[in-house]
Amino acid sequence: MKINTNVFDYIPVTGRFVISLIREVGAVFVFFYRGFVHIFSFPWQIFKIVSQIYFIGTKSIVIVGLTGTFTGMVLGMQGYYSLVRFGAEGMLGAVVALSLIMELGPVLAAIMVVGRAGSAIAAEIGIMRISEQIDALETMDINPIRFLVSPKLAAAMISLPLLTALFDVMGIIGGYLTGSVLLGVSPGIFFSCMESTVMFSDVAGGFYKAFAFGIILTVISCYKGFYVHKRPDGFGAKGVSTATTSAVVLSSVFILVVDYILTSFLI
Amino acid sequence: MPVPLIEFIDIYKGFDNNKVLKGVTFNIYSGQITSIIGKSGIGKSVLLKHIIGLMIPDRGDILFQGKSIRKMKKSELSKLKNKISYMFQSAALFDSMTVIENISLPLIEKSKFSKSKIKQKVRERMNQLDLYGIDNKYPAQLSGGMKKRVALARALVTGPEIILFDEPTTGLDPIRKNSVHSMISDYQTRLGFTAILVSHEIPDVFYISQRIVMLDAGKIIFQGSYREILRSKDQQVLDFITGSQKKPDGMTGLVGHSIGNKRIYEEKERLGRHGIPFSLIMFTVRNFDEINDRFGFTAGQTALKHISVQVEKYLRINDCSCRNSKDSVLLILSHTNIEDAKKVFSKLVKIFADSGTKNILPDYSFCLEMSGKVIEINSEMVINEIIEGNAGWENMDSQFNLCYERG
Repeated sequence: MKINTNVFDYIPVTGRFVISLIREVGAVFVFFYRGFVHIFSFPWQIFKIVSQIYFIGTKSIVIVGLTGTFTGMVLGMQGYYSLVRFGAEGMLGAVVALSLIMELGPVLAAIMVVGRAGSAIAAEIGIMRISEQIDALETMDINPIRFLVSPKLAAAMISLPLLTALFDVMGIIGGYLTGSVLLGVSPGIFFSCMESTVMFSDVAGGFYKAFAFGIILTVISCYKGFYVHKRPDGFGAKGVSTATTSAVVLSSVFILVVDYILTSFLI
Repeated sequence: MPVPLIEFIDIYKGFDNNKVLKGVTFNIYSGQITSIIGKSGIGKSVLLKHIIGLMIPDRGDILFQGKSIRKMKKSELSKLKNKISYMFQSAALFDSMTVIENISLPLIEKSKFSKSKIKQKVRERMNQLDLYGIDNKYPAQLSGGMKKRVALARALVTGPEIILFDEPTTGLDPIRKNSVHSMISDYQTRLGFTAILVSHEIPDVFYISQRIVMLDAGKIIFQGSYREILRSKDQQVLDFITGSQKKPDGMTGLVGHSIGNKRIYEEKERLGRHGIPFSLIMFTVRNFDEINDRFGFTAGQTALKHISVQVEKYLRINDCSCRNSKDSVLLILSHTNIEDAKKVFSKLVKIFADSGTKNILPDYSFCLEMSGKVIEINSEMVINEIIEGNAGWENMDSQFNLCYERG
């Protein structure tokens, strides 16, 4: 009897959790919709978008390039020692390229951008919220979502595929360095195998993912900062810090979850 | 009766279990400065945020020119917002933008002016507010007073019809406070906008406001003009206004001379700025030492307290009485010229004479030998010299005795 009572006690708690989860997901989608629509509303915010491309994209080049190079180098090394057991080291170029283009490139590039730009976006908008700067925009009849979120969203949608391309190229170069230069796989075999295996659909699939990850990381980071004042677990500076952490963690998790879903559709 | 510009009708607003506004109803009229006063944390800023749509009431309605803000279409609401500027308590400047970018932002985003026209308008406002040499500074590099002025410039740059000021003088020194108040008053006179001011600066805001609204315990407990608030009999209103001006000592009920001096300087500044006259009356107990020697310290203090009670009963809220020295009481009469001050003096002498003096000091009988003098202050006078000396004072004829009889 006692056990039954406890089970019933969990029902309203679970119900409340599910309702709040649905409400939160709905709010995020509405937030994304409003941000997306205002990218195309007149007057266009070209300069703001370019400035955000510089912040999200250009400033991430070094970190994405480095990560790509070392990921490719590790892939090259691991791949070589795995393939050589089967005498299939000639396939190294294809293994490195497909791994990078289809999975590691978009995912790792996006996670790097989350760490570098997503956290900064959440903190910037969060501070603007707690210091009434967003309220100030509203009093001036300036739509804060259009002003703050739309340029970042557009910039991320443009930057992420380009950063992914960079990641892929640097990764392939890294794989070539370890596979061919260090471990002796013929460069001709490395690149010709890659060329014959990698299809355009693989490359396009990687870019679709990068595009989706750009939206995810920007929307979550902006949303967390924008509604920092509604967080139950902290106000002021503490609220901004928890919102930033939560933006980074949630974006990373969602990128991996969405990666799985997209892969299952694209493969 | 003029038609109200903004009407608050039975507004309720709460945050979780904290009910901040409980049926607020009041009006704001066009072309006036309306000050909303009240204790800290009572919901004045919450009230202000409802006007511009930053907060939505839980119940009740807000009408703008007779039309419900809640029922306005998006385009109408946008039009309304374009008529209003809001100056935040914290200034709310965009900290990643320079001063010039902050001030020009509303014009860049919402107007169709050319770049050069925007630049010209921004420069005009900056010059009017003495904002020189800070164009490329960031808000973090500015002092509190400077930030307020930049925020004011941003609020004024669009030429709004209504400006909402949320505690514009918080954190400023007295000189800056006065300059912000005079700036608001001057611009309101010159540009004719409607100003709604949330402030604690009493009585300073009274002098620049045509209308005063007082909020307490979630309700409006007073709305009316400066003169009406001075005549108010509501104890809560009186307590707030007098309490914010005076901290009397327990022995005599009079504030100290330092508070009195501060008040005189404030009045003198108002005289210089707005030409509002003020006068002083000084009552001196000539045999105060003798009474203390013969009947003890308490006797003299009790007698002074009796005088202060009679004086306080007669003075208006914006007047002030203080203990100028051990044997003299100074009265600061705001908005009063010398002729009126003489009338006040005569009236007080009569009040002293008529007041029952029996049983106040049950163990002693003695008479206070009193004298008095009056002066109307002009802007050339040196206050310290006046208070300490006799120069400029007009001695009143009536030297009189105030006698206390044993009960």
